[in-house]
Amino acid sequence: MTGGTQARFRSWWLIKYPLLFATALLFLFPIVALVMSCFKTGRDLMRYGITFSTLIPQTFDFKNFTYLAEGSNGIYLDWYKNSLILTTFQTGLSLFFSSLVGYGLGVYKFAGRNFLFVLVLFVLLVPLQILILPLYTMMINLGGMDTYWGVLLPFLVSPFAIFFFRQYAIGIPKDYLDAGRVDGLNEYAIYFKITAPLMAPAFGAMAILMAQQSWNQFLWPLIVMRTTKMLTLPIGLNTLLTPYGNNYNMLISGAAMASVPIITVFFFFQKYFMSGLTTGGIKG
Amino acid sequence: MKSLNSTMRIAPYVFAAPFIVAFLCFYLYPIIITILMSFQNVVPGQTSFIGLVNYGKIVDSDFLDALRVGFIYTFLTIAILVPVPIIFAVLLNSGARRLNSVHRAMYFLPSLVSVVVAGTIFRLLFASTDKAVVNSLLKLVGIGPVDWLLGGAVPAMFLMVLLATWRWSGVNLIYFLSGLQAIPEELYEAAQMDGANPIQRFFRITLPLLKPTIIFVTTISIFGGFAMFEESYIFWQGLSPNNVGLTMVGLLFKRGFQQGDLGMASTYGLVLMVIVFTLSILQLKLFGFFRKED
Repeated sequence: MTGGTQARFRSWWLIKYPLLFATALLFLFPIVALVMSCFKTGRDLMRYGITFSTLIPQTFDFKNFTYLAEGSNGIYLDWYKNSLILTTFQTGLSLFFSSLVGYGLGVYKFAGRNFLFVLVLFVLLVPLQILILPLYTMMINLGGMDTYWGVLLPFLVSPFAIFFFRQYAIGIPKDYLDAGRVDGLNEYAIYFKITAPLMAPAFGAMAILMAQQSWNQFLWPLIVMRTTKMLTLPIGLNTLLTPYGNNYNMLISGAAMASVPIITVFFFFQKYFMSGLTTGGIKG
Repeated sequence: MKSLNSTMRIAPYVFAAPFIVAFLCFYLYPIIITILMSFQNVVPGQTSFIGLVNYGKIVDSDFLDALRVGFIYTFLTIAILVPVPIIFAVLLNSGARRLNSVHRAMYFLPSLVSVVVAGTIFRLLFASTDKAVVNSLLKLVGIGPVDWLLGGAVPAMFLMVLLATWRWSGVNLIYFLSGLQAIPEELYEAAQMDGANPIQRFFRITLPLLKPTIIFVTTISIFGGFAMFEESYIFWQGLSPNNVGLTMVGLLFKRGFQQGDLGMASTYGLVLMVIVFTLSILQLKLFGFFRKED
């Protein structure tokens, strides 16, 4: 590389990284503002919004956090528990089922395979929101209202994850499967012992996306969950937003604490995230 | 050996079974019920077929408002959330690896936060008082104070699009990054040898080879744009002044759950599905997705 291009290269860095950094700060700003607001009384926030004096708290008072555990008979902890249970089951089960289907569509040639794949693509384009009404009447008939399984049941298979696992499974060399067959493994054992471990990056990438979707799911639990004790975090926090909720002390610190688990999951699986997405990915 | 072959024949169907069951129970059946309900007057206890009456009632002022909000919101989100993440993906695809992955994570962070949390922060940052962060900045340049939520269609749309931009930029960035990483490095090296400058390389190599990803992101954006509900619900709880935040799903929710007219709500659901399908297919045609030589 000549001296001239190297100098140009350096000066490009001096424009690029400050630009990227400034944008990143802008993206982080609302989250920082949320964290700082936790130390403000709910009444001030309701009256003035987040002000510049909110962003630089004079005192660090943690009473909003203790209020989370104690306020309204610990209702916030109930919501937290509900969200944790639902997200764990939904993420785990939909990863399991979707990977089975995606794997099946990716590695086997069988009658109806293309038809099933077209159905997966079709389902990807159906807005789930329009299915809400019939699912609602269905849930009433099945007795699933206000229960965990009522929230879980319709969304245990994710068409997006199926699509993703299929793309990933196509890339697995057939020799691995044949080696397993020679060793006397049946097709299901091959999945559990050989291919599932090979798909670990795909599981990592999908774990983040599924957990994020499930933790933040709004419309369906809003309809299924009826009693205050059964609400999930987003729905519970939303009730605090209404004029009648009037509980901004719990809302702000509650919103901040609600974001902790999902951000933790992200950092935990992050290294799989990019590699998983790239290898499976949305190639043409 | 015979039993091995028979498991091999059955196995793919066992693997596919969860989808087949879910498709029949939670997609096909509900769609059929939706179509049926659209021809019915659904009152608890006495449901009656009323032919095309619901379809005759589709176009009213609420519907036109929802349609307008849907089109503007979808257009604006695509106009921002496709080109901007592409530029940032290109910037983050070269240079210092460590620094890039830190930036990537920072852009992605907002998408992890639930829409309720995001909406709450935005409501407080964009509060109508002149003390709130955004209005106090605007005051410095002599504007405001703006009543963002209740001050008319323009600030309302601005707020919804901004929230979407904040939440989804990082996700689209990741899609485009994974698309970029599938482009062979040799192409750029060859182009550089031929004396192509970075701008030429971007338009001649990057953009054409990124086409599948652009198609994918545009498709999910059309889908997400028209099916938008939660952002608006967090801001106005379903009751926005002059319908500035009313979306198609909002209309479905209003007719179905707030007014109890499941028949009419189903009709709107089908209308939404037709809009999303038509636009997606049109867009795919426009991009030449159905041409075999691609």
